[in-house]
Order: sequence, then structure tokens, then C-alpha cells
Amino acid sequence: MPDAPGLELIAKELNDAADGSVLGTYHEHGQACLIVNPDRILDVLRWLRDTPGQEYRFLSSLHGVEYLPAEPRFGVVYELLNMPRAERLRIRAALADPGPDVLPELDSCVPLFAGAEFPEREVYDFFGIVFRGHPDLRRILMPEEYVGWPQRRDFPVGGEPVIFTRNEPVMPRWYE
Amino acid sequence: MSAHTHRSTPSHGGDILGETGEEVIGTSAIERTAAGDVLEPEEELLTINFGPHHPATHGVLRLLVSLEGEVVRDMKPVVGYVHTGIEKNCEDKSYWKVIPFVERMDYLSYFFNMEAFCGCVERLLELEVPPRAQYLRVLHMELNRLHSHLVWLGTSALDLGAMSMFFYCFRDRDRVLDLFEMSTGQRMHTRYFQVGGVFEDIPVGFAHNLSAFCAEMPSRIDQYEAILNRNEIFLERTRNIGIVPRQRLIDLGVTGPLLRAAGEPWDLRKVTPYEAYRDFEFDIPVGTVGDGYDRYRVRVQEMRESVRIIEQALDGLPEGPWIADDRKVVLPPRDELSTSMEALIHHFKLVTEGFRVPPGEAYYAIESPRGELGCFVVADGSAKPARVHIRDPSFTNLQSLRDMCLNGYIADLIQNLAMLDPILGGIDR
Repeated sequence: MPDAPGLELIAKELNDAADGSVLGTYHEHGQACLIVNPDRILDVLRWLRDTPGQEYRFLSSLHGVEYLPAEPRFGVVYELLNMPRAERLRIRAALADPGPDVLPELDSCVPLFAGAEFPEREVYDFFGIVFRGHPDLRRILMPEEYVGWPQRRDFPVGGEPVIFTRNEPVMPRWYE
Repeated sequence: MSAHTHRSTPSHGGDILGETGEEVIGTSAIERTAAGDVLEPEEELLTINFGPHHPATHGVLRLLVSLEGEVVRDMKPVVGYVHTGIEKNCEDKSYWKVIPFVERMDYLSYFFNMEAFCGCVERLLELEVPPRAQYLRVLHMELNRLHSHLVWLGTSALDLGAMSMFFYCFRDRDRVLDLFEMSTGQRMHTRYFQVGGVFEDIPVGFAHNLSAFCAEMPSRIDQYEAILNRNEIFLERTRNIGIVPRQRLIDLGVTGPLLRAAGEPWDLRKVTPYEAYRDFEFDIPVGTVGDGYDRYRVRVQEMRESVRIIEQALDGLPEGPWIADDRKVVLPPRDELSTSMEALIHHFKLVTEGFRVPPGEAYYAIESPRGELGCFVVADGSAKPARVHIRDPSFTNLQSLRDMCLNGYIADLIQNLAMLDPILGGIDR
């Protein structure tokens, strides 16, 4: 992990390389995180991957987070890893909610990290975050015809009735 | 009309895997099929469903395979058949009730799932785990690794026709489950790890049974290797099959035995030692070629290393408490409840509401039998996690299956899938 001054240094260099890309940083529990502008996410990831001295070449995890009621509402978290130094760095793209019927968008990082394909599909599936330029952006774990974004916090738990033989007569034609 | 610039909607004979939406420029059978071109019968592609209910898919995995004769020209995994929404459900449970939930993701490495989650919450709480608990955790995790690799070895060998291996491996796997039953009360999904330590100390006689098991296990592994290592059929089916370059594996996010078989000595137990792994002496087996045979050898060698770690953990097991002494997080000892009012209050608070975790987020990664198992928890200050995400190694590793299988025979697909060792419960969560 970069320590707190190291993280500020990375943030400063990143802001010099890609103007206005880093919105904030935090360092807690021994882990460093950069909060970045989602429009610049590819620049940030490319810089961290290719700049000598950074070389975070392994994307170990990619996941979506929702911070409702905090703003910005969504986050896409990239856990980067530098294998030779065994250093991890977390990048969070802070995405605002564009409104009820519009899906938030950001660039796909599959061109940089081929292994992001499935995780990005998972984030799309559960949070409705669209990754521009993803080669095959479909639902991955939920059925393809499913409507809704189940891991958003405003999506209720237990919204679907469970059918047993005892309650089947009460819910006729439930399968439709 | 040139067939190569024209793209039809999925017409008869069209190959759905070839539907890319891109202009077709190549002249291979896939691209020509995608272009709606009429091919000679012998060069036509046949798209078949492999699974989801097929004994060789190691779970409910569906593969869409495009075949030219017996050669795999394209392959796409379709997952999600056993998705149960565990991550969503975790947000509705207090922290200590999440533990049995996450265990059920990757049902062959439940101790690892527990460790990933508990370790992550401990990181958020900045809670120190006592040494004896760390040793007990390592001991159970390495037993679990043995158990997981034994199931893998048995089922994979079964896929390749070595049926007796299945029985031998399940015989020894049962001994591991017996040990789990003795120490934790359950054979699978034990809920043994708690935030702050482990639920209970090991019982009298467990050490004896465990050392008897450890004394016998290396000779069992010798027997397995005697069956498979120089078995002509096994060698023919695994050697030089499914090779993916090391850099490509890293790009795809592959970790664990698959990456080590390709020659990358990456093991989180060594590079970022968690729990008590720093105290033990063990080696990281690596392969040279990265074919199915190397993957097999790496895993079998890992079983030997696990036995070594278990023996060291048992020998050096420190005395002392097996769970942290933080009454705001850990249940008070049972005997205190009848004498101490404070203990009773703490017990009541912990059981009814659970403990609260200060706001923050943390990622905690461990080396599961399949690779990097990470847990990401967002805490909002309440007694329930705001978000739990498990980075399951099977999910990411599955992306490399296409690279392994492309332009190989369909029989090798079975072998590649077996050596990939996916656990669909972990993939679908």
C-alpha cells in the first residue's frame, strides 16, 4: 500500500498528467484510495498501469457500490495491484445519479484489463451502470429478461413471492 | 454481393456466437458464418449447448460452443443458474449473521469465505485476533484446502476416465470432514470463524486425530501420484493442453494454481502474509509450461505443503484465548452470564442488535484454493454492512477458459474445465 504522503503524491502527479481527474483521496485501515472523476477513469487507470514507478498492472477486483443517500450516489471500485511490490491501490469512480430513467455511464476498462469483462457485466447487472465500449454488455447472473437493478439500495429485498405448494392456489398463474 | 462486407441478422445457418455487430473482414469459417455465407458442409460450424446440466461442468455451468468438426472454434460461458443474491441479502443481516451466508458461496472452501469476511470486518474494526485463534484459523483453512483439492482431484480424474481416483479422494476427503465435525460440530458450512477469533477451542483428542491424519496423508498423495503421474492416458490428455501465456493470464485477472502453473510464483500467503502464515515454513509450487499437467502437479504439491503447514500449526499452537476480549464485539463467555450483569447486557445487545462497525470501507484478500478471494465491505456505522462484495476467484478465472479451449478438441475442453476447477456456487453467488 502507498502510505498517506505517497497517496497524495500519486494524486498530485495524476492531476498534473490528467487535469482534474482526482477528486479526493482517503487513507484508512492501511489502505489507500483515490476518488476520481468517472469521465477520466480510463486516463487514470492507463496512467497508473503504464507510468514507470506506478505499474499497477493487475486488476484484482472491480465492483459497484451504492452510497444512497450520500452523494454522488454510485461508485465503481477498482482494486489495482502492483505484483512485484505487492502494493494495492483502490480507485473509486464517483458517479452521480443522472435521474430516474437514465443509467449512469462510464468508460469500460476492458481495453486496459481484459479480465474486467465479467466484473463489469456484473456491475451492469446489479447496479445498472453502463460501461461504454464494453464488448458484450449483457446481464450475467440475473436472467436476461429481468427488469430492475437488484443491488441498488432502493430495490427491496424479498420483492418476489416464493411459490410453495401450499400457497400456489393463492397466487394463480404466478409463472406469467 | 461480397459475403464479407454483408452482415445478416441471425438467419438459418448463422452462428449466434459470431454475431458481433462488427463488419466481417476475415475469411475464417466463424467470420464467414457470421456473414451469413453458405459454407461447405464440412466447414460449417455447429453451435451446441454444453450443460448446464452436465456432469463434467462441475456445477451448473453452460457453455455455448461452436464446433468445426471436433475442433472448438468459439466458446462462451453462460453463468448465473445458481445465483441466490447472497450479496444483496448480506446487506439485510447484522455482521455476525452474514458469516454463515458468505460460507455458502464457494461451497468447497467455506473456511476461506469466512476468513475473507471476518478478516475484512476485523480490519474495519481494527480488532486484533489472538495468536491461538490465528493458528486455529490457519489449521482449518489448510485442512479446507486439502478437502477442496481432494474433491477437485477426484472429480477431475473422473472426467478423464480414472474412476477409482474419485473413490480414493472422497475417502480421504471424508476424513477431513470428520475432523471438521469434531472441532466445529459440522461437516460443511461450519460457521467456526467469528469476528475476533474462532467460536470454540479444539476439543480433546482433536490434535491426536489430526496428527494421525497428517502422518498418513503424504503417503496417500504418493498413491494418487503413482496412479496418475505416469499414466499414459492421463499424460496424453493433460500435457501441452490448454496452455495460456503467463502475461495473458495476468491480464485476465487469473490467480491461484492456474497462474502458478504458468510459472508466476504469486501466492498471497507469502507475499502479504495474513493471520499466522508468517510463522510457517512452506514452499510455493510453480509450473513451467502451464498446461493441464502442470496445473495438476501444482495442486497436488500444494496438498503436501498444506500438510506441512498443518503439522507446524499443530506443533506450535500457542496457549491462550481463542477469541478476542472485546466485549463490544465478541460474545462474553457463557459462565459469566450467571454472575455478571454487564456480561448479560453485552450478550443481549450482541444477540439482538449485533455490533456496530465504524463507517469505512476495506478490502481483504486471501489465497483460497482457487486464487485470490477478496472481500470488500462498506460499513455505514450501523450493525449491518452497507455492501458486501466477494471477489470470487472462480468467477474471474472462468474468463480464461476460452483462451484455453480455442482451436483445441472438444475432449480437451473437458480437461481444461476440470483443471480450471470452477465452483459455480462461487461464480454465481
